[in-house]
Amino acid sequence: MHPVTPVRTYVLIWLTLTILTFVTYYVAQIDLGALNVVVALGIAAFKMTLVIWFFMHVRTDNPLTKLFVFAGFFWMAILLALTLGDYFSRNWMPLGKFW
Amino acid sequence: MADTHAVATEHPPQLRHHFDDMGQQFDSATFGMWVFLLTEIMFFGGMFGAYTVYRSMYPDAFAATSNFMNPAFGAANTAVLIVSSLTMALAVRAAHLGQQKLLQIMLVLTMIFGTAFLVIKGFEYHEHWVDGKVPLFPGHWVWEGANAPPQFAHQAQILFCFYFFMTGFHAIHMLVGLGIMTTILMMARKGAFGPSYYTPVEVSGLYWHFVDIVWIFLFPLLYLIGHTKKLI
Repeated sequence: MHPVTPVRTYVLIWLTLTILTFVTYYVAQIDLGALNVVVALGIAAFKMTLVIWFFMHVRTDNPLTKLFVFAGFFWMAILLALTLGDYFSRNWMPLGKFW
Repeated sequence: MADTHAVATEHPPQLRHHFDDMGQQFDSATFGMWVFLLTEIMFFGGMFGAYTVYRSMYPDAFAATSNFMNPAFGAANTAVLIVSSLTMALAVRAAHLGQQKLLQIMLVLTMIFGTAFLVIKGFEYHEHWVDGKVPLFPGHWVWEGANAPPQFAHQAQILFCFYFFMTGFHAIHMLVGLGIMTTILMMARKGAFGPSYYTPVEVSGLYWHFVDIVWIFLFPLLYLIGHTKKLI
């Protein structure tokens, strides 16, 4: 079982998550070009990590659970990398004469 | 014979016989829940992947549709869900410490914030319905005006389909979460949880936080990215 997390930790995580929500909301209104996507998804990924690590107690879970949590996101990364690798590279080669 | 009988009555009533102790039972339950959540990650991951493909195929159409989203609704809903995650985490903590009254209060607060999310979402859907931004429903899809370039008439419908499917599946998960919380609250009222056994609260919390995480990604993807790009 998990050790009891102090209320202070939960409140601090909640405060960070709320501040980051406002940050991502206002940064999105500044035109950073391609960086907008990177910043928005970076903040979202960081928020997700906080929720998983503290609210979902993976911090104090056993190594097997930690491995499976990692594996889940690793598998999703494979799903996205292979799908997008296909779609994004379709125009990279010139079409053969039989096309 | 008398000895085995004594041992059998000694262990906590919630301990299933195929587990060594409560700790092992708890670890197995959270592990099992995480395995379920991995299937959920793949379920939403497929939608996120398809969304990314279409967004990269029609970036300008996407920028045009994002002008019909209201980021204020999205941000408010994100804040509401994050508060509900805090109250959920505090509910698990209260269950762990055996604070029965606080556990029930936190569960009720979690359900209130979860319901508030769905109410805000409902107002938003209603706005789309009135504005004619619901594809496939005759009379509720209108694509005209300065923000709606005619060349994107078809592509915009695809992107709104993504919006409704992704937020819709998320909303269904919220409804399921509210059902789970109702069950947990009824169990908590009977005093089912305490320091030696709070597994159902912990495992339901994992589900609730997962649904929160899905929204943490839906918010920037559907409401924020591309919103600065005003067309024409």
